[in-house]
Amino acid sequence: MPTNQVYLLFSAVLIALGLAAFFLARVRASHLRAHGTTMVAQPDQYAWFSVLSTAGPALLVAALGAFVLLLLGADIPTLYLLGASLVVAVVGLLVGLSQVRPDFHARQAIEKVIRGVLAAAAMVSIVTTLGILISIVFEAVRFFQMQSFWEFVTGTTWAPGNSFLAAAGRADEGASAAQFGSVPLFAGTFLITLIAMLVAIPIGLMAAIYMAEFAPIRVRTLAKPVLEVLAGIPTVVYGFFAAITVAPIIVDVAGFFGLDASFNNALAPGIVMGIMIIPFISSLSDDVINAVPDSMREGSLALGMTKAETITSVVLPAAIPGIISASLLAVSRALGETMIVVMAAGMRPNLTANPLEDMTTVTVRIVAALTGDQEFESAETLSAFALGLVLFVVTLVLNMVSVIMIRRFREKYRSNDL
Amino acid sequence: MLNEQTVSRENEPGQPSMGPTLKPVQPSTQGKPVNTNEDAGHELSIRVRDLNLWYGANQALKNVNIDVYQHNVTALIGPSGCGKSTFLRCLNRMNDLIRSVKIEGLVEMDGRDVNDPRMDEIALRRRVGMVFQKPNPFPKSIYENIAYAPRMHDLVSRKAEQDELVEQALRDAGLWNEVKDKLAEPGTSLSGGQQQRLCIARAIAVKPDVILMDEPTSALDPISTATIEDLMDKLKQQFTIVTVTHNMQQAARVADYTAFFHLGELIEYNDTRMMFSNPHTKKAEDYITGRYG
Amino acid sequence: MSQSFDEITAQLKRRHRKTARLKWLSMGALALAATFLVVFISDMLVKGLPAFQQAQIQVEVTYSEQSQQMPPAAVNEDVRRLVSRGFLRTLPMRMRDNPDLMGTTRMEWVLADSAVDQYLKGHHTRLKDDQKSIVDDLLAKGQVELKFNTRFFTAGDSKMPELAGIASAAMGTVMTLIVTMLVCFPIGVMTAVYLEEFATDNWLTQVIEININNLAAVPSILFGLLGLAIYINFFGVPRSTPLVGGLTLALMTLPVIIIATRTALRSVPDTIRQAAFGVGCSRWQVVRDHVLPLSFPGILTGSIIGLAQAMGETAPLIIIGMVAFIPDVSASFSDAATVMPAQIFTWAGEPDRAFTEKTAGGILVLLVVLISLNATAVWMRKKFERRW
Repeated sequence: MPTNQVYLLFSAVLIALGLAAFFLARVRASHLRAHGTTMVAQPDQYAWFSVLSTAGPALLVAALGAFVLLLLGADIPTLYLLGASLVVAVVGLLVGLSQVRPDFHARQAIEKVIRGVLAAAAMVSIVTTLGILISIVFEAVRFFQMQSFWEFVTGTTWAPGNSFLAAAGRADEGASAAQFGSVPLFAGTFLITLIAMLVAIPIGLMAAIYMAEFAPIRVRTLAKPVLEVLAGIPTVVYGFFAAITVAPIIVDVAGFFGLDASFNNALAPGIVMGIMIIPFISSLSDDVINAVPDSMREGSLALGMTKAETITSVVLPAAIPGIISASLLAVSRALGETMIVVMAAGMRPNLTANPLEDMTTVTVRIVAALTGDQEFESAETLSAFALGLVLFVVTLVLNMVSVIMIRRFREKYRSNDL
Repeated sequence: MLNEQTVSRENEPGQPSMGPTLKPVQPSTQGKPVNTNEDAGHELSIRVRDLNLWYGANQALKNVNIDVYQHNVTALIGPSGCGKSTFLRCLNRMNDLIRSVKIEGLVEMDGRDVNDPRMDEIALRRRVGMVFQKPNPFPKSIYENIAYAPRMHDLVSRKAEQDELVEQALRDAGLWNEVKDKLAEPGTSLSGGQQQRLCIARAIAVKPDVILMDEPTSALDPISTATIEDLMDKLKQQFTIVTVTHNMQQAARVADYTAFFHLGELIEYNDTRMMFSNPHTKKAEDYITGRYG
Repeated sequence: MSQSFDEITAQLKRRHRKTARLKWLSMGALALAATFLVVFISDMLVKGLPAFQQAQIQVEVTYSEQSQQMPPAAVNEDVRRLVSRGFLRTLPMRMRDNPDLMGTTRMEWVLADSAVDQYLKGHHTRLKDDQKSIVDDLLAKGQVELKFNTRFFTAGDSKMPELAGIASAAMGTVMTLIVTMLVCFPIGVMTAVYLEEFATDNWLTQVIEININNLAAVPSILFGLLGLAIYINFFGVPRSTPLVGGLTLALMTLPVIIIATRTALRSVPDTIRQAAFGVGCSRWQVVRDHVLPLSFPGILTGSIIGLAQAMGETAPLIIIGMVAFIPDVSASFSDAATVMPAQIFTWAGEPDRAFTEKTAGGILVLLVVLISLNATAVWMRKKFERRW
C-alpha cells in the first residue's frame, strides 16, 4: 500500500475513534444524568475528555515513534508504528469512557490537558532558539577543529578557494592552502552598516521629530502608511535597486569627480540599506518621542522656551535611551541584512576604508559558502557556520542591550504603549 | 478669532464699570461689581474681560471677568471640571497647545491683549511662568533644571553669574540647603515635595512677573504642602501668584483673593476673608460649607 | 523690574528662526524618505512595466515532415532568427498533438526572439543591422508588435527571457506559505494564549518572553542555517522544497504572530474575563468563548502582516536551496520549487538585459501583492478597532 494511503487510513480510523469517543461518552453521561445522578461535569465535557484521552496518547505515540525513527535510525516499520498508535487510541477510548463517572471532574482534566498543550506550544520558540544555537555552534566547532580560531579572529586574508580540495583529500594539489581570516569580512560589514546608519539615523530621527512634534494630523496619517510601505518592501527588491540603479549612479557621480568607483562599491548597498532602515528608526523613535510625557513639554514651554529649544533640550534628552535602543536594533538589522549586500556588494574580501571600492560582508560569504558546489564537510561550508555564530552573538548582545534600555525608559515614564 | 477679539474690545467702552481700577468683583450674578477690598492701592497685573473658551463644541469658560493684582496670591477654587485650570492656562496661553480650542474675549497684561496674534506667546510665557500639578523636573541635573531657561533667555552671560542665579533661585524656593551638595544629581532623584520646589525655583529663575500654579500641592504630602504654602506667602513679595486649588483650607490660608468657579462661570470673586466668612453668593456659600464639590 | 513684551519679543527673533529651521529640516527628512519611495517605485515601474508586453511576430509557418525533423525549417530563413527558439522547439510537439496541422502553411502570430523584443523597446540588442531593417519593415507592415505578455503569468522559469514567467515561482510561494501558516499560526496563537492567559509569572515564562523578543531580532539568514543544519541534514527533509522552506519561514514568522496575538489578547479588557469567570466559566472557556473571539480580528491582522513578511523573505530560502531553476509548476510539497523573491534574485543575476526587465516585472507583481496584503491588514485594523 502506498505510504500516502496508509497515512490517510490512519487518520480516518483515528478520527472515527475520536467521534466514537465523543458520542459514546456523551450518550453515557446523558444517560446517567437522566437517571437522576448528580454529576460534577456536563455530558459534553465528558465527551471532550474522552476524545482527548483517545487521540492525545495515540498521537503522542505516533510522534515519538516518528522521532525515534528519524533520529536514532531505529528500524520500526511505519505500519507497526501506526498500528501501535491505534491500539493506544482504543485503550484511551476505553479509559475515557470508564471515566464517565459522577465524581470525575472532566472539566478540570480538560483544562489541564489544554494548559499542557499550550505550554508545549510556547516551548517551540525556546526550541527554535536552541536549534539555531546548537546547529550553528555544532558546525562552528567542527570548523574550528579544522582551522585555527586565532587565525579566524585575527587573520586578514579570507581565501577559502581551495578548501574543497582539502576535503577531498587532495590538499597538495591546490596552489595554496585555504585561509580563513575573517577581519576583512567584518570590516566590510561594519563599513556598510556605518554607511547605512549615517543615512538612516539622521533621516529617520528627523522624520520622527517632524511627525511627533510638528506634523498636522493629516500629514501624520498620510506619512505613516508611506513609511510602512517603505518598511514592507522585500530586501531582495532593495538589493536589485541597489545593484541596478544606485550603484551605476554612484559610479557616474564618482567619475564626475574624477574618482574611480567599483560597480560593487560599498556605498550603494550602504545607502539603500539605510533607506530600508529609515522607517524602522522613525517609527520606533516616533513611539519613544510620543511616550515622553506632555508635562515635560509644558514645563519647558511654560518657561518661555521655544518649540525647538523644548525639543532639543527636553524632549530628545528624555527620549534618548529609546532612540539609542532603536538605533542598536537598527544596527543589528543592518549587520544581519543579507540580500542587499549579496546583490550589490562585492564578493572579494577587501580590507579598505574606501567606500567606493568593492568589499564583501559576513552574510555575503555565508551565502557564497552555502550555495557553492562544495561538500558539506568542507571547511568553506563550515566557515559559514562560524561566521553565523559570530553574527548570532553580536546581534543577540545588541538586542539584549536595546531591550534593557527601552525597559528602563519605559519604567521611567510608565508608558505602556511601547 | 481675531474678529471676535476685536469685537469684544470694541465692547469695552460700553462697560465703564469694568475699568482698570476694578477691584475684586462678584460679576455676572448681579451684573455690577462690588468693591470688597479695603486694602486699595494694589496695581493691576492681569485684566480679563468676557473670556469665553470652547473645546470643540463644549464651552468650558463663560464670560469670565476678573482682575488679578500684583504681589498678591489669588486662588481659584471650585468643584472639579469647573474650568479653573482652563482659565489659569488662558493666562499664559498654554491652551494653544490643544488643538480645537477656541478663545474669545480679552486677557490683558501690561496694556496688551495676550491673545493678540501679534503677541508672541513665548514672550508672554517668559513673563507668566507656571508650576504644574505634578512636579515635572526635566531629565537633567538639578543645576541644569534651573540654569537651562535663563541661559536660553540670555539672562546670564558668565558662568559665575549663572551659578549665582541658580543659587538665588534655589534659595528663594527654600531648596538650597537641601540640594547645594548634590547639584549635579538628576532632578528626578529628589522627593516629590523637593521636585515641586525645584519646579518653582525653575520658574522664578527666569524672573517672571506672574507665576501660575495649577494645584501645586495636590500630589504632595501634608508637610511638603505646608512648605510650599509658606513659600507662596514669601514669593508674593516678588511675584504675582495665581493658584488653582481644590483645597479650600489652602485657599483660606494662602490667598489674598479667592475666585469661585462653577460650570465655567466665575460665580464670585472676593477678598479671601470675606469669601470664607461671608460669601455674597448662595452657590459659593454652599460650596464652602461643603454642600457639593 | 522685568523686561517689556516688546523687548523680549525682539530678542526672540533668532530663537524663533531656530524653530522654523528645525521644522523645515525635519519636514525635509520626511519628504526625503517619501522621495526615496517615489523614486524607487517609479524606477521599478519604468524598468518593470515593459515586462508585461512581449514582441510577437507574424510569420508563415510551414507544417511539414521537414519541420517535424528540423523545426527551424518551418519558417522562412530571413525571419528565422527573429522567431523565439522556444516556439520552434515546441513545434514538433504541437504537430504531434494536432495531426491536422500536417501539410498546411499558415500565417501565425508567434513569439518573437527576445532580441526583437528588446529592439522594439528601444534597448541595445544583439540584432545585426540587416535584421534590424527586417524588423523595421515588418513593423511598418504591422507584422511585429508588442502584445500583452500572458506567458509571464502562466509560464515557469526559462533560460530564454521571452519564455520566462513567474508561474512556478508564484505557485512555490503559495505552497511554501501554506506550510508556513499551517505551522506557525496555531503554534503562535497557542503560545500567545499561554503567555497571556495561562502562564504564571515565573522564570520560565520570562525566559520564553525574552527569547521571543530575541528571536524576532535574529537575522533571517541564521534561520537558513538552522533549516540547513537541522531540517535538511538532520531530519532529512528534502532540499529546495516548499516543505523545508515553509518550515524555515514558520520559525521566522512565529515571533511576529506571537507578538501580534499577545497585543490583541491584551486589548481585551479584564472586565470581560472577570464577568465570564463570574458566571462560572473555566479559564479555557473564558479564552475560547470570550477572549479569542474578541481578539480574533487583531490576531488575523497580525498574521497577515507576518504572512507578507514571510512572502518577501529570501535569504534563508537561498541557504536551503530554493533558488533552483524550476521551469514547470511543481505539484507537490516535496518537489523542488522556487519562490517569488528567489526568482527575482535569480533573474537579477542573469547578464541578459531582457532579464532585468523580467526582474523588475516580477518585483512589481510581488509589490502589488505585498502592498494589498498590508493594506488589507490596515483596513481590518481600522474596521475592527474597538475602543473599550
